[in-house]
Amino acid sequence: MNKRLTAFYWMTVPAVLLFFIFLTLPALQGFYYSLTNWNGFGHQYHFVGFKNYINLFQDDNVGNAYWFTFKFAIVVTIAINVLSLLIALGLNAKIRFRNFFRGIYFLPNILSVLIVGYIFNYLFSNVFTIWGRNLGITSLSTNILGSEQLAWVGVVIVAVWQGIAFNTILYLAGLQTIPTSLYEASNLDGAGKWREFWSITFPLIAPFFTINMVLAMKNSLMVFDQIVALTNGGPGRATQSISHLIYTGGFRGGEFAYQSANSVIYFIVIAMISILQLRFLQRREMDN
Amino acid sequence: MRTSRHTNWPVLLLVALGTIFILFPLYMTVTIALKNPEQMAYSAFAFPTELHWENFSRAVDMTNFFSAFQNSVMVTTSTVVLTLLTNSMVAYAIARNMQRRFFKGLYFYFVSAMFIPFPIIMLPIVKLASGLHMTNLFGLIMLHTVYGLAFNVFVYVGYIRSIPVALEEAATVDGATTWGTFWRIIFPLMAPISATVGILTCLSTYNDFLLPLIIISDPEQYTLPLVQYVFQGQFNTDFNLAFASYLMALLPMIIVYLMAQKWIINGVTQGSVK
Repeated sequence: MNKRLTAFYWMTVPAVLLFFIFLTLPALQGFYYSLTNWNGFGHQYHFVGFKNYINLFQDDNVGNAYWFTFKFAIVVTIAINVLSLLIALGLNAKIRFRNFFRGIYFLPNILSVLIVGYIFNYLFSNVFTIWGRNLGITSLSTNILGSEQLAWVGVVIVAVWQGIAFNTILYLAGLQTIPTSLYEASNLDGAGKWREFWSITFPLIAPFFTINMVLAMKNSLMVFDQIVALTNGGPGRATQSISHLIYTGGFRGGEFAYQSANSVIYFIVIAMISILQLRFLQRREMDN
Repeated sequence: MRTSRHTNWPVLLLVALGTIFILFPLYMTVTIALKNPEQMAYSAFAFPTELHWENFSRAVDMTNFFSAFQNSVMVTTSTVVLTLLTNSMVAYAIARNMQRRFFKGLYFYFVSAMFIPFPIIMLPIVKLASGLHMTNLFGLIMLHTVYGLAFNVFVYVGYIRSIPVALEEAATVDGATTWGTFWRIIFPLMAPISATVGILTCLSTYNDFLLPLIIISDPEQYTLPLVQYVFQGQFNTDFNLAFASYLMALLPMIIVYLMAQKWIINGVTQGSVK
């Protein structure tokens, strides 16, 4: 029996080693660097304690990146969940070519985020502007990605376009777990469609709502590829996300230690939001 | 009525109209890739009257497409294979020993990494990778394998716990070792969930941009998304060429998707619901 257990221990070795070296160690190192003033390429650095953290709270660029990222993430999470739930309801109804339509709605999920961003970049600058001019809508007739007030909407549109696919499939999986007999019963009781949705459908797919909210929120808090492809953080710094700021400041701006401190804060924020969301939404699940 | 067999036409119409939003950007991609600048000036939306296939051959030359394609395929397949082997193994050990503190702790240690945003390790990982001479395709494979571990272990453990232990006990009575039991009985039984993990790993590895961006410096080792990034910076005026290049980078996954559509959708559903 002991031999069996030894074998089990050996099975964990490759994964544990890789995981420790490439995930735990860098995370600890990142925390260590955040307490220094290292620029990332020189040989000398000093220990500065929590100075980076104090500076972070007074930095407009950091505040700006957090503001953009949160605004973006909240709008994207809500939009994705509303739209993908609607699409899933549509795809779950009695319609023809159901599998064909499912296939199409899932398509954006398999495409590279960067390239999708480039394609939309072109649409925003050269296609939607033509429509705007033809239809006489002034706000559409110029490239919204070039506007400090509207560029974030462009990034939202692309993130939602691509993000809907995954969540739709999850909602669809949820809808299929609901027994049809429940709907038959509510039909007999004379319940309307609206009532049916809030009393049967929505409570029963609550676990899927939880997963989708957490996933959509987490993904949009980490937005990076879309930013690079669409605006590169601009105009000015209007669409600079936190990951984009860490990347540009850390690798190109000589702020290695400073941005390490930023990523520690970022980690705490994401972990806290995910845990809070899970707790809040799971409690709501049980109430229903 | 839900119980009737009739098609719900209004919903069908809405669903069909909705696909325009999905298909329009893709239609534009295909048509722009096949036009030349004069045709574009004439009409941006119409289907091209003459097809300019030379956009593709020029894009192949300018982006060194086949080299990047080879790199992408190499990284993706190696990551998938390595992921299936290492992640299923550790998940098996964990799933069958959850009552032991070591394995339970290991489970939470792995799964907690799902909440670690990549940017927090992005800066140190570059230092570490260059110190270990891993700023190459090999390093990329290892890192992709590690970063999928949290989610994969979560999915695998859930699945293995639904496989009855009796099968393995029978094998043990017949004199099979733990390793033998794993490879000959458990690993084949895990085929459905391995397919899911494999598909998700394949998609995320092939499309990943950030990790190659920070790890790979040698242009010979660029993957497809990285090539698009560099290409975009250098030739951002010739849209027809750029779109031909985007289309070629997207095409392999689209072909895989068309062939394995049902599998992929079911896989995604299973993998995330577990």
